[in-house]
Amino acid sequence: MTETKTSNRPRETRSGIIGRPFDRIDGPLKVRGDATYAYENTLEGTAFGYILGAAVAKGRIAEIDTAEAERAPAVLLVMTHRNAPAQPDFGPAVTPTVPEVFTRARPALNSERVRYYDEPVALIVAETFEAARAAAGLIKVRYDEEPGLYDLSGHVADAYAPKRTNAGFETDSVIGDFESAFAAAPVKVDATYRTPFEHHNPMEPHATLAAWSGNELTIHTSAQTLANFRAGVASTLRIPPERVRIISPFIGGGFGSKLIAHADTILAALAAKVLQRPVKIALTRQQMFANAGHRAEMIQQVRLSTGTDGRLTGIAHDVWSATSSFEEYCEQTAVFARSLYAAPNRVTRHRLVPLDINRGEWMRSPGEAPGMLAFECAMDELAERLGLDPIELRIRNEPAQDPERGVPFSTRNLVACMEEGARRFGWQRRNPTPGRAREGRKLIGYGMAAAIRPNYIGAATARVAIDRDGRVTARLDMTDIGTGTYTILTQIAADSLGVPISSVKVELGDSRFPRTAGSGGSWGAASAGSALHNACNALRERILQAARSSEASPLRGAGATEASFADGEVRLGQRSASLTDLVRRIAPDGFEAEGSVAAGAATPSYKAYSQHSYGAHFAEVAVDCDTGEIRMRRMLAVMGAGRILNPKTARSQIIGGMTWGIGAALMEQTVLDRRYGHFVNHDLAEYHVPINGDVPEMEVVFLEEHDDKANPFGAKGIGELGVCGAGAAVANAIYNATGVRVRDFPITLDKLLPALPVIAI
Amino acid sequence: MQSFTYERAASAEQAAAAVAERPDAKFISGGTNLLDLMKLEIERPAHLVDISRLPLDRIEETAAGGLRVGAQVRNSDLAADPRVRSRYPMLTQALLAGASGQIRNKASTSGNLLQRTRCPYFYDRNMPCNKREQGSGCAALQGFNRMHAVLGASQACIAVHPSDMAVAMAGLDARIETISPGGGTRTIPIGDLHRLPEATPHVETVLDHGEMIAAVTLPPPPPGRQVYRKVRDRASYAFALVSVAAVVEKSGDRIQSARIAMGGVAAKPWRATEAERTLAGAAASDGAFTDAAEAALAEAVGYGGNDFKIPLAKRTMRHTLAAAAESA
Ligand SMILES: Cc1cc2nc3c(=O)[nH]c(=O)nc-3n(C[C@H](O)[C@H](O)[C@H](O)COP(=O)(O)OP(=O)(O)OC[C@H]3O[C@@H](n4cnc5c(N)ncnc54)[C@H](O)[C@@H]3O)c2cc1C
Ligand code: SF4
Repeated sequence: MTETKTSNRPRETRSGIIGRPFDRIDGPLKVRGDATYAYENTLEGTAFGYILGAAVAKGRIAEIDTAEAERAPAVLLVMTHRNAPAQPDFGPAVTPTVPEVFTRARPALNSERVRYYDEPVALIVAETFEAARAAAGLIKVRYDEEPGLYDLSGHVADAYAPKRTNAGFETDSVIGDFESAFAAAPVKVDATYRTPFEHHNPMEPHATLAAWSGNELTIHTSAQTLANFRAGVASTLRIPPERVRIISPFIGGGFGSKLIAHADTILAALAAKVLQRPVKIALTRQQMFANAGHRAEMIQQVRLSTGTDGRLTGIAHDVWSATSSFEEYCEQTAVFARSLYAAPNRVTRHRLVPLDINRGEWMRSPGEAPGMLAFECAMDELAERLGLDPIELRIRNEPAQDPERGVPFSTRNLVACMEEGARRFGWQRRNPTPGRAREGRKLIGYGMAAAIRPNYIGAATARVAIDRDGRVTARLDMTDIGTGTYTILTQIAADSLGVPISSVKVELGDSRFPRTAGSGGSWGAASAGSALHNACNALRERILQAARSSEASPLRGAGATEASFADGEVRLGQRSASLTDLVRRIAPDGFEAEGSVAAGAATPSYKAYSQHSYGAHFAEVAVDCDTGEIRMRRMLAVMGAGRILNPKTARSQIIGGMTWGIGAALMEQTVLDRRYGHFVNHDLAEYHVPINGDVPEMEVVFLEEHDDKANPFGAKGIGELGVCGAGAAVANAIYNATGVRVRDFPITLDKLLPALPVIAI
Repeated sequence: MQSFTYERAASAEQAAAAVAERPDAKFISGGTNLLDLMKLEIERPAHLVDISRLPLDRIEETAAGGLRVGAQVRNSDLAADPRVRSRYPMLTQALLAGASGQIRNKASTSGNLLQRTRCPYFYDRNMPCNKREQGSGCAALQGFNRMHAVLGASQACIAVHPSDMAVAMAGLDARIETISPGGGTRTIPIGDLHRLPEATPHVETVLDHGEMIAAVTLPPPPPGRQVYRKVRDRASYAFALVSVAAVVEKSGDRIQSARIAMGGVAAKPWRATEAERTLAGAAASDGAFTDAAEAALAEAVGYGGNDFKIPLAKRTMRHTLAAAAESA
């Protein structure tokens, strides 16, 4: 059950459309199978590509024999580093600026070097997919293999400090003197946690159909951020970005793995050029593990110290993460700890160990997902050491302002979330002594954790038009990755212009539309929404101006009185007219306007306030005392995330995030073989994500909140908040159930079993 | 996936002959295992003989009071059959604990018995694997072997047989009926169907090339209460870490007889005869169940990642026996 309260400020809620739980606009299309995904597009003469990946993780191709494959039936092209069109070199491991990582050239098949296991070494294009795949099996490759590095824990001593973390944060932060405070403290926790490699595994694989028409390239693909794809393709192919059109109206999940172009896109574009035919390529599920990003393995040391009063005197969060030897990615794992709790002495540090693997990529809730999994467990360990309730411990360390930036919070309802959650969850029933609650042969435990996630805004522009029949069309190169963007943007336009949602058509996913920051970092709704909101305001101004001055206008001469758009009418002071009627009379061709927002980090409000969404997660688990099997019983999340634009899509985002929390705590892990450098369990039978049976009853509550520092709606990002801390709540519940603290994620039964007592039958 | 030719068998005899004729031919039933392996070129048959439409999809009473299950009976249908549910409940439990609804709707009884291991190195053609490529080595031995065998393995291969159904059938003393090219038939006790790896892990069963499974016969249900318990990493759609099928017959407080089979521990469904012997005549007590579990795993060897399976199997067996003895 969801209970939602959202603020109802008249300033924004002209027609009450924002904040209502509208069904997904694109839902029926998807259910009917009418939403066309990248690989489903067909063009006359399309040929099919299949990628052959490297059989070793490091070395060079000594010999590649493609003769037999070239002779195979229906084969049109076998592309290797020997005959692929020239592309720029990959370049340095770190780009000069943060944004360039999204736009840099990502050449494929341009070198005999093998940098990671399953890196493309050949592309086979044939008349059918089956013919291409069969021919791939006929290619013989001989490698000069070189010893590689695949072991994070063995090489922590060689770790280096990157220049910055992902998203441009400082690598380290130091305030006060942590070491002295820690040494002197009467109560402390020093715990080291390990989080494994994880993979996004969106349901829709990475796929591209590329077609050239003269010098113009059109790419149908599955992209979260069209501008990145466009720039990345253009720089790899060395053509102007204007000649590249990216189309991606529907995306079957991305979770951060579709922010940049991958081999399917680059190779489809190259092969289509060579063959002068449209070419379609998808990564197989197995290929996605090596070729479409991952979350890196990490070791995290969390040290906390307090006085006997439970007030933190020191916080230290040190992270050692695997990265790629040829392209750096440093997840901002400890950055959230800079804003979460008060303490006078603090250190956060990020260190990297380069391995011979592909680069890590942004994976849902980068930073908080692994970071809070460790940190919020350490808080639980500290609470126990202090004999304090975990919620009380957090309340005692609630900061008055951002503890490292020294600026006020825009809004922060963490304490309210925890208190409301405790009441609803029945937290007082939790036995603080672990391992005591039993039902039959099940051990029962409760756990909680806090959630925090920064509010980002990306630069965005939107165009909106109204025609003589009152139909509103909004266009922007934003994407809907299944999060509900179509729906929310429709609501925003309808609300702003006072028309029913059925009069609004939102068109996304085409790089010909005005540029946005796409979907990523939970900033989609706020960024694209603000741009659209501003575009609608500009459109209103344009309509009003004409309405006041046009000969044909029934509102002519209404002066500068207050105006409103509601219920399909335009009101100017005492006078009103039907919007459609008005447009038809004064502008038979309709009106059009654009609106924009600047990137958040550049705005005064972002500099003056610490802007985050907050929440509290609660979990109840049952652990089988014979087998150690852990099953979820229920979960609750109470969120303070600004104004909720659509409680239905918002809830879906949160429960999806909580499900990720279950996965991270209990099962998600990709095993990197330390000898061969390949991800061993690279399919969905062996890489476990939670299935329906693992997901218990979930309750989501949004606290009434309006963040007027964040954007015109008072809304903040929620797409990733549900993940943050959710796994830690599960882990803490397991500890409460069993008294066994597993610090090596995921918590599978083999790690619990040795410490589980044998209970008499 | 390599190109292949395909034919639909007209009769069991003809199917057996068609496969026997060509060394590179294979039977295909539901295809849920074989096709996946073909896509990855781990199996590379040049010819497929489709036996899924043969009239081998019936479950019939036998004169002895058991059931004869046609090779083409789908896993879902077998699980749902009222006679199976009431007389062989642990078979239904095992079937429903396997795979997913969609896969069970497609998977056949014979295909389930003959499905191949899920060892991830077996599934990756770039890795050494004696089962896939004789003499290439075993990557799992020193690698990621969390899912691997603790009983009956060899230095050549430590893979497990992944079936749940077969474990319950082993506990029920099922017999496999086959038909050979030329029409000859034979009956193989389920315990003899699969071979342990020894030095030839690529030879997985005693079946000859072209010998087709026609049916599985279940003897009359053994006396006692049946329980199938599968332990896995998530609530559903995961292969067994270990599983235990147990039938416990009591008279008063004493155990008259017990039948126990284990899954997830060996290259075949593993009948725990030592444990059965320990239990026969013993008082139904925690101590007896614990002793039985110890006896069952006495010969077990771990390979690092799977060491936990030994205590896990013991604990699972102990409480499964207790559950079976409870109301027996
Ligand atoms: C993701 C996933 C999860 C799964 N989880 C489980 C699980 O938890 N537990 C479990 O038990 N199983 C599980 N399975 C396996 C599933 O049970 C098997 O794939 C299925 O039973 C195979 O049956 P089939 O009819 O499709 O066999 P096919 O794929 O058609 O054939 C398998 C093999 O048997 C041979 N064969 C088939 N019939 C005959 C015959 N009559 N005579 C001789 N040879 C024959 C074929 O030649 C082939 O080599 C899972 C499968 C998948 C894909
Ligand atoms: S355990 Fe068997 S199947 Fe797995 S790699 Fe070794 S030989 Fe191959």
